[in-house]
Amino acid sequence: MIKRLTQSELREMWTGLGMNLELHDQLLESNNRIFKKTHLWQKKRPAAMALFDRALHDSHGQRVAEILDYRNNGGKSVGTFCIYVPDEIALAASVLAIPLCGGSGWSVDYADKMLPRDICPLVRSTFGMALSGTCPYKTLKEHPLGETTCDAKKKTWDLFGIPSMEVPQKKNKEDKVLWISEVKKFTGDMEKISGVKVTADNLRESIKKCNQKRAVLQKISEYRKLRKPPISGLDALLVSQVALNMDIDNFINAGNELIAELATRADKGISAYDKDGVRVLFAGTPSPMGYAKVHWAAETSGLQVVADESCTGIRYYRDQVPEDLDTVDEMVEAIAERYFKIDCPCFSPNTERFDNISNVIEEFHAEAVIHNILQFCHGFNVEAGALDGMLKDNGIPSLKIVCDYSEEDGEQIKVRMEAFREIIESNRNQEAE
Amino acid sequence: MRKGNSTVTCGVDIGARSIEVVLLQNQEILSSLIEDTGTAPSENGETAFRNALEAVNLNPSDVSSIVSTGYGRNYFKPAHRSVSEILCHARGVSAIFPTARTVVDIGGQDSKLIELDENGRPIDFVMNDRCAAGTGKFIEMTGSVLGIPVLEMNDIISPEDGRVDISSMCAVFAESEIVGLLHRGCEVSAILNGIFHAVAKRTVSMAGRTQIVRDIVFTGGVAKIAGVRSAFAKEAGFQVLVPPEPQITGALGAAIIAAERCEPALSINSIGNGGKLD
Repeated sequence: MIKRLTQSELREMWTGLGMNLELHDQLLESNNRIFKKTHLWQKKRPAAMALFDRALHDSHGQRVAEILDYRNNGGKSVGTFCIYVPDEIALAASVLAIPLCGGSGWSVDYADKMLPRDICPLVRSTFGMALSGTCPYKTLKEHPLGETTCDAKKKTWDLFGIPSMEVPQKKNKEDKVLWISEVKKFTGDMEKISGVKVTADNLRESIKKCNQKRAVLQKISEYRKLRKPPISGLDALLVSQVALNMDIDNFINAGNELIAELATRADKGISAYDKDGVRVLFAGTPSPMGYAKVHWAAETSGLQVVADESCTGIRYYRDQVPEDLDTVDEMVEAIAERYFKIDCPCFSPNTERFDNISNVIEEFHAEAVIHNILQFCHGFNVEAGALDGMLKDNGIPSLKIVCDYSEEDGEQIKVRMEAFREIIESNRNQEAE
Repeated sequence: MRKGNSTVTCGVDIGARSIEVVLLQNQEILSSLIEDTGTAPSENGETAFRNALEAVNLNPSDVSSIVSTGYGRNYFKPAHRSVSEILCHARGVSAIFPTARTVVDIGGQDSKLIELDENGRPIDFVMNDRCAAGTGKFIEMTGSVLGIPVLEMNDIISPEDGRVDISSMCAVFAESEIVGLLHRGCEVSAILNGIFHAVAKRTVSMAGRTQIVRDIVFTGGVAKIAGVRSAFAKEAGFQVLVPPEPQITGALGAAIIAAERCEPALSINSIGNGGKLD
């Protein structure tokens, strides 16, 4: 544990990392302003959310200092862009895998130096930060590691010379063979980076640790099934977002503190919401740290986001890895299998996602679905059409919102959210009559 | 003049380009007005509200319930509650045309299609995203390249006029396209007709896989342009119904909802202040 840095020590650190302090101040100002707007209007937040608010705030400061300290003591790290990269293996090899996905609308335009304007805002935001000297992680000169999920990412890796893991596009037997070999190769790469051998013991420990982290996220998500959810969708999203950045032990501790509070609130029937609303499942693209516009638009319009199916939601923590395996090979294969279950629309077909969504709707008593889709994410955008067919057959209303990180369409999105809520409520009243 | 003692309710629709106010009593429109939104939407909304009252010698205290709608709905202080424009347009249209099953509303910055059930209740809707392509703003901007103000468009073209296709739906691209067409010697009326068809096509395509069911009612300021009405009928393949004053259906619906539910109900104004930007 290192001491908390003062503001001037933070600035010294950023300067040392070669960052552009002036632009970075603008980025922080934008992030703080947006966070105030999207989260701090809520009147009934659990007190333990302060831990996650701080983690968000620390993500460009204290957390960077922690990682620098780790590296100064011989530790290694890799920068990742997708939940396909197996944390367990990196951790076993003493490598910190740090997701670098950007969720800031501020940095998007800075990507224009290298990337076209009409591609995914997540990719542009991430590389916009790198290109404007405002990402404290890129400047750590870590090993970046991409993956072949979508075209925008693949070609960006090529452009920047970033190596990538091959994620297959189908889920047949031979695809699984390919994926297992990729995970094995990844194991060797991690060992090379750190010089630490992955053994049955350290891998079993890291599997347990990662399972523990996912169990915390699952438990928090369980409370959202209640008729009076003790945590809002906005706050649950924040927890998932910072889970990708925080030190794993710190996250587990903070998560357990939140769970204890949620248990008390659940016993007392304390809801995070002022009144009953329409329960919705958010399906679609991830909302990386710093981005919560569509969740905000929903929850300020009388909708309650009771589940997130995204990569910053259930997709990230649904599946566990068995802890009772003996050999490294068995464990690596089990890990590969666990990650192969991820139901990203980069797969064709992607039938598992349809089943998973049906289950989540039932388990979380969702009345409706919001497709929350980042602009230019063709996989999620097109797949929403097929999903709608299934939802319609089951009488579940849905609304598709396609947008980027910019703030100015927030009110327009709210119009649609409000109208969606009104229609569902009026149908409810109709049925009651 | 104040008519009897029966309840008066009010609907205020604060849109991107115009504000509409409707005062309702005994299911009759007591007064209605349309004013520009201008640069101070909430202040101008309150002025419009007062003007509508003054026109029939009423005081704000004579109005038992006020519902606001439109972009400015959450910022209009006198409102008892706010309701989305989807519900208001649906309600206003089905009061005028009980047979309506599809509402096509094209306003200053928005276009929307609302699907109604046989009881006039909205069951689904689609709206344009933030891009104002295919809305009143697009017509206004492209019209200015031709030097024709929106209010004069009805005088310019007749159904017999020819039409050139406008392929760009971005106002900026369309402007260059129109300049090109003018240089090639195309008739102004044919270009304008092309603009109307482009808007109509865009609106019909918004429906996506949803079938457009009759009767179709066309509302919003754009419905006042005869050329867009006939272009829409051609593109949709059906005749469209247009209310006598198509611009006030949102405010009318709001006033009707105010009359139906005088008791306070769930509204965005009651959910913290999260409905408002700082």
